[in-house]
Amino acid sequence: MTTLDSPPVTQRLLATGGPEHAGLANHLAVHGTLPVPERRDRDFAPRLVAAIEQSGLTGRGGGGFPTGKKMALLAAQRRRPVIAVNTMEGEPASHKDEVLATSSPHLVLDGAELVARALGAVGIKVCVAHDRPATANALAFAIDERAAAGLLSVPTEVVTPPGRYVSGEESALVHWLDGGESTPTFRVEKPTILRVGGRPTLVDNAETMANIGLIGRYGPVWFREVGAPDAPGTTLLTVSGAVSRPGIYEIPLGTRVDRVLTGAGADSGIAAVLLGGYGGAWLGPQHFSSPLTPSAMATAGASIGAGVVVALATSSCGLAETARIAHWMAGESAGQCGPCVFGLPAIAEDLTLLAAGRSSHSVLERLCHRLDEVEGRGACGHPDGVVRIVRSALSVFADDLASHLRSGPCPGSRAHTVLALPGRDGGPWR
Amino acid sequence: MAVTRRLRVDPVACDAFGHCAELAPELIALDEWGYPVIDERPIPPELIGLAEAAVRICPRRALFVEETATAGGPRRGRSTPVRVLGRR
Repeated sequence: MTTLDSPPVTQRLLATGGPEHAGLANHLAVHGTLPVPERRDRDFAPRLVAAIEQSGLTGRGGGGFPTGKKMALLAAQRRRPVIAVNTMEGEPASHKDEVLATSSPHLVLDGAELVARALGAVGIKVCVAHDRPATANALAFAIDERAAAGLLSVPTEVVTPPGRYVSGEESALVHWLDGGESTPTFRVEKPTILRVGGRPTLVDNAETMANIGLIGRYGPVWFREVGAPDAPGTTLLTVSGAVSRPGIYEIPLGTRVDRVLTGAGADSGIAAVLLGGYGGAWLGPQHFSSPLTPSAMATAGASIGAGVVVALATSSCGLAETARIAHWMAGESAGQCGPCVFGLPAIAEDLTLLAAGRSSHSVLERLCHRLDEVEGRGACGHPDGVVRIVRSALSVFADDLASHLRSGPCPGSRAHTVLALPGRDGGPWR
Repeated sequence: MAVTRRLRVDPVACDAFGHCAELAPELIALDEWGYPVIDERPIPPELIGLAEAAVRICPRRALFVEETATAGGPRRGRSTPVRVLGRR
C-alpha cells in the first residue's frame, strides 16, 4: 500500500531511467529487441492496427483520438504514407515530450518504426519545435545510434519547425512539412487525410508513438493491465504551480487528481487546477477526487489534453491568471481567421477588466456573448481552446468574479503568476 | 437517400467583405468584426437559391454549400459529405 504523499508513479514510458540511460544499449537491455515483421509480411499492418485498437490507446498530444482508428484510416490509403512524430510540445507548461525524448528516445522511435513498417511508409519525420534543442539533439543522437546498428528501415530524420503555439497542430505541422508555413489549414471535414507531397501523412504525438513501441513488444493485454478499463495505460503529466515537487510524472490513467497533487507536494490550499493546457479548463476542488480519465474529466468540463497540470494556490487569482493566458493565446493566433484574430484579444481584454475589478455586469455579458460567438469559427481549435479556458474560469471562479464585480480586485490579482508565459517576438512561421 | 445542404465558410479564406450577409441575411449574420456567422442548420428548400447566390457573390470564394447524404441502415443519421459546391 502506497502512502498518499508518495508520487503515484508507474514506470513504463520512463522505465529506462533518465537522460543518462537514454542510449540504445540500455534501451535494448530494458526492453529487448523490437519485434519487427518479415519483409513480405502483409498481415503486419492489420495485426498492429488490431493490437492498438484492442489496447485502447488514445492520442497523448491533446486530441485524445483513438490511435488505432487513425492508423486504420491511413492503412486504407493507396499511396505509401509519411510518418510524422509530433514532438512539437507547443504548450508552454508542458515538458513531458521533452523528458520522454531525452530519457527514452528509442521507445518513441520504436513506435514510429513499427508504424512505418506496417504501413510501408516512405520516411519518418521527427518534428521538434525549433526552440526545443535538447529534444531535437536527443532524438537526432538516437537516430544516429539506430542507423549505426542497422535498425532503420526507412529514412528517418529530425526536422525543426517554428516553435509557435499552433505550429504543432497537425494540419499546421503537415503544412510546414509540405513546404508551407506552420499555420493550420482549413479542412472541410475532420478527421481528414493530410498530405505531404501528395502522400497521406500519419501524425502521432511522441508519447503516443512510445506507447505503440510498448504495445508492439508486450501486446494489448499487457497494456491494459495498468490504468482504468475505459482509459488504459499510463500518461505523462507535467505538474507545476503551487507544488513543492514540480516535474514530469508518469501515472496510470484513472489516478485521482488529488493523488497527483499530493504526490507532487501540493499543500491543502489549492483553489483549482488547470488541466490539459492553455486551451484546457480549470477544475474546482469538487473534482479533485475524480479519476483522470477522459470520461470523468469530460463530466467535469475538462480534458487531460496534453497532460498539463497547474496547481493554483488559494492566494492566487484565477481570473487574473486566466486573463494572462488569454492574452498570451491571443498573441499566438496564426492570424488567419477573423474570429480568432479579433475575438481572442477582445475576450482577453474583457476578462482583464473583470479581473482588475474595473468593470460591470455589462462587460461580463459582452464577454459571454463573445465566447458564444467565437466558438467553433476557426480553421483549427485554437480559438475554441481560449473559449474553453475562459468559460471554465467564469464558472470555477464564479465567487471571485462576484466579489471582483462588487468590491474590486482581490490581492491575488497582483500576485506573481504561476504560469509559464514565454516571451514572443512574433517569430516566423517558416 | 436524403440530401442535406448546409452553408459553410472557410474562415482562412474569408476576409470579411460582408457581401454574403448583405445578400442573404436569412442565412448569414455578421459578428461585431464583420465576419459571417452562419446558420448551420440545413438550408430550407426555399432558400437554396439564395444560399447559392451568396456562394457566388463572395469575392474570396470562402463560402460553400456542403451536401451530405443521410444514408439508411446501420449508419442512419450519420452524414457523409458527398459533394461540395463552390470550392476551388
